[in-house]
Amino acid sequence: MSREQKAVDRARKAFLTGRSKSLEYRITQLKNLLRFVRERQNEIAEGLKKDLGRSEGGTPLYETLGLESEINLAVKYLKEWAAPRPVSKSMMTISDQVYIQPEPLGVVLVIGAWNYPWAVTIGPLIGAIAAGNAAVIKPSEVSSHTSKVMEDLLPLYLDKELYPVVTGGVTETQELLKQRFDHIFYTGNGTVAKIIMEAAAKHLTPTTLELGGKSPCYIDNNCDLAIACRRIAWGKYSNCGQTCIAPDYILCDPSMQDRVIEEIKKNIKDFYTEDPKKCMDYGRIINQRHFKRLMALLEGSTIAVGGENDESECYIGPTVLRDVKPDAKVMQEEIFGPLLPILTVSSADEAIKFINQREKPLALYIFTSDNKLIKRMIAETSSGGVVANDCLMHFSVSSLPFGGVGNSGMGHYHGKYGFDNLSHLRGCLIKQLKMEGVNKMRYPPHTADKLGWARFFILKHVDFGSLGRMVLLALMAVFVAVILQGYFTD
Amino acid sequence: VEMEKQVVDGLREVFQSGRSRPLQYRKQQLGALHRLITEHQEDIEQALKQDLNRNTYNTSLFELISIENDIKLAESEMADWAAPRPVKKNLNSALDDVYIKPEPLGVVLIIGTWNYPWAMILQPLVGAIAAGNAAVLKPSELSEHSARLMKELLPLYLDKEMYQVVTGGVPETQELLRQRFDHIFYTGSSAVGKLVMEAAARHLTPVTLELGGKSPCYVDKNCDIAVACRRITWGKFANCGQTCIAPDYILCEPSIQDRIVEEIQKTLLEFYQTDPKSSPDYCRIINTRHFDRVLALMNECTIALGGESDRSQCYIAPTVLKDVLPHFKIMQEEIFGPLLPIVTVNGLSEAIQFINAREKPLALYVFSSDKTVIKRMLAETSSGGVTVNDVLMHYTVDTLPFGGVGNSGMGRYHGKHTFDQLSHHRACLIKSFAMEGLNDARYPPLTAARLRKAKFFMQHRLCSCSGICVWAVIANLLAIGLLVALIVVLNVNILV
Repeated sequence: MSREQKAVDRARKAFLTGRSKSLEYRITQLKNLLRFVRERQNEIAEGLKKDLGRSEGGTPLYETLGLESEINLAVKYLKEWAAPRPVSKSMMTISDQVYIQPEPLGVVLVIGAWNYPWAVTIGPLIGAIAAGNAAVIKPSEVSSHTSKVMEDLLPLYLDKELYPVVTGGVTETQELLKQRFDHIFYTGNGTVAKIIMEAAAKHLTPTTLELGGKSPCYIDNNCDLAIACRRIAWGKYSNCGQTCIAPDYILCDPSMQDRVIEEIKKNIKDFYTEDPKKCMDYGRIINQRHFKRLMALLEGSTIAVGGENDESECYIGPTVLRDVKPDAKVMQEEIFGPLLPILTVSSADEAIKFINQREKPLALYIFTSDNKLIKRMIAETSSGGVVANDCLMHFSVSSLPFGGVGNSGMGHYHGKYGFDNLSHLRGCLIKQLKMEGVNKMRYPPHTADKLGWARFFILKHVDFGSLGRMVLLALMAVFVAVILQGYFTD
Repeated sequence: VEMEKQVVDGLREVFQSGRSRPLQYRKQQLGALHRLITEHQEDIEQALKQDLNRNTYNTSLFELISIENDIKLAESEMADWAAPRPVKKNLNSALDDVYIKPEPLGVVLIIGTWNYPWAMILQPLVGAIAAGNAAVLKPSELSEHSARLMKELLPLYLDKEMYQVVTGGVPETQELLRQRFDHIFYTGSSAVGKLVMEAAARHLTPVTLELGGKSPCYVDKNCDIAVACRRITWGKFANCGQTCIAPDYILCEPSIQDRIVEEIQKTLLEFYQTDPKSSPDYCRIINTRHFDRVLALMNECTIALGGESDRSQCYIAPTVLKDVLPHFKIMQEEIFGPLLPIVTVNGLSEAIQFINAREKPLALYVFSSDKTVIKRMLAETSSGGVTVNDVLMHYTVDTLPFGGVGNSGMGRYHGKHTFDQLSHHRACLIKSFAMEGLNDARYPPLTAARLRKAKFFMQHRLCSCSGICVWAVIANLLAIGLLVALIVVLNVNILV
């Protein structure tokens, strides 16, 4: 038996003991996870610095604060989330118990990515634990230092049988994918996602695929350009552009281009000083392969800002490209780096058309003071999520489902969605053995009469909410009438 | 260019024109679908009689009423379902518009099956239309009369540029599966389900797979066995056992096995009289291939009731098999026929063990007057859905999500769930350019002070301020206030 097979087997056996069923157990594990995140900030930060050149402040802001918030949410609301959820009844089920019961699925596989290794590996894990599953955690080998921190330290805090960390590269992942899981949660790119879904199909395993794409950023003429560019610069160059929901490229009117470039240049200087290479808050490209990939994307485009690079450090300065053409190299794939192409379009209509000719992105950004335009753009395009007048921020709103559509993915998580996504929501109808007379209409021999009754009972919908309100109103009227009567007879 | 590619490309073009975006259009199409099934009810009944020997009442009861129900629900609730759904905000987004916007996915492929050929295609279609999608319908070629009728009728009522029927067998289905869809909704077997999902993976197309399995039916000794058997008999032999959520087999203690057989016999007499073959309410097996398959399952078993068959009519009598052992062939696959095996177990624990040793079924049934038995059975097993003290009925509750888990499927539908399943729930965060000062906390240089500020804003939640809720609260307060005022006024007068 391979190492991967053993880990999955052990996790399944541990799940079948039933110990993750109790809410107390899950909450204990979640609280342990919280302690881990808090106690080991230094190790986490160190790993991130070695992997991505992440600064000290970057660790909590981009990874651990979000996790803490999600864990606290899960601990606070777990009882509510895991409880039976009553649903509205019909005439036929008036005396029955009708509810949805959330249940664990079993053994979940969480495959993480390297760009925010903690957020996208532990984030789904929180939902998996909260829903009562076992989870095999496969961190990305590309962020190797972080992967080692996870492998070494997580077992000191979490149940190591229920939540094993399995490290490794392509071979190990392929071996894992041969095993049978009850759900596979993958964050990464579309090419690998297809392979994962194909592997999952062999076991009829449902998948959540958090992928990417080219997230467009439309800047309208009618907007506060200074603030818009500040927010865009932040969203683009954080983590050196290696963010799945980074604004990939800008669409704007030709008359705005120069100003946009000027404003972004200003903000780059504000954020990262005159020499971003020496700035602690500016990151690095993850490895040489991606560095080369990004440098190649520059081919054929005009550099307006930046362009400096240093292969030995995997450093690429914050870069803006102007007058980019749709067929340029940089427009053929998700950039995932600090290159910001600007394409000019002559109207919102053209921008919408441009966006719709391409695959549905993970995020769409619209900068405008015109609310009608925002509504229009949302109505006439599709994307995983949308933010108007800012970037990235929908990721941190835990009541919003975070996920893609089409090529940018399927399924979603964060907050309660993380819980629901990794649960089976079982429909339950609890009847009693009495009132058998009512059932006569469904039994053979079938007659027109019986059918008539069946139609009546099935198709009649009674809104108990409004019924209750009517009853309340009637009671109040009676009460008032009684008082009035007392008044008049005095 | 293949016909299937042309169809899908054409539908996608029309979808992208935005025709199905207005709710009015969708309601119109649903209304047309409603008229289709009411105006052609007789034709549908006729087709089903030829396919499955279904009689008119059966057809209505098992197919048309459910479709009608879903259509009516979608028509009246669509505005609600399609509207933006506000969500709870946190301190960071207190001044923003935060909501989920349901959107159409695009072109949906709905692959039906032959046991309830109309319901299995049209119920998903109702959700697809309501959610604003275009759809390709692929009815099962096994229920060929229904497939032919569907192909003929749909274009007479629905917009044929948005909703098309493609008939054919395996090669046509395979060609369809090579095309790119935005969602594939498949009802059928687990074996084919895997192939559908594999094909979908090539385009990263999400899938809903409504599959099957062996739905266990546990009869506790502590229950009204007569009523239990009546309900089980109904659910098992309706449509000649060809129901994905039919009680596949019974688990019970040996002491009540004979009583169960007795009660089922009594009920069968009541439902189908002495000769089920001549009863207008008893159906037939879909074709000789399945007839042979089902018949072969009886081989090692002891027949307690029934067992008669007639290949020329694809007729198999309602059959009960007793003392069935777990290793018999009949316990290795979903029966999907009128054979009801009884497997004896020594109590609830053994029954639970038996169920858990097998794949998660689409449905689970338990009959008992003992609440603790029910509670334990539900807590210690898993299944797509559950009905306690009856069979099939959870299917008819449109507020319950209907679907499988594990080998019995993924995804769910019925009522609003179909709408949600065939929509994209787009997260929307609408901010303004104001309050830029608050954002300072996140911009580099990341100082300790900025980090503290960021921490504060990220960790606090606000309550959800749904407009309706606010008005309800205000209205209630006003009402109570008026009542109090009235009482005060009257009492003051009385005192004076």
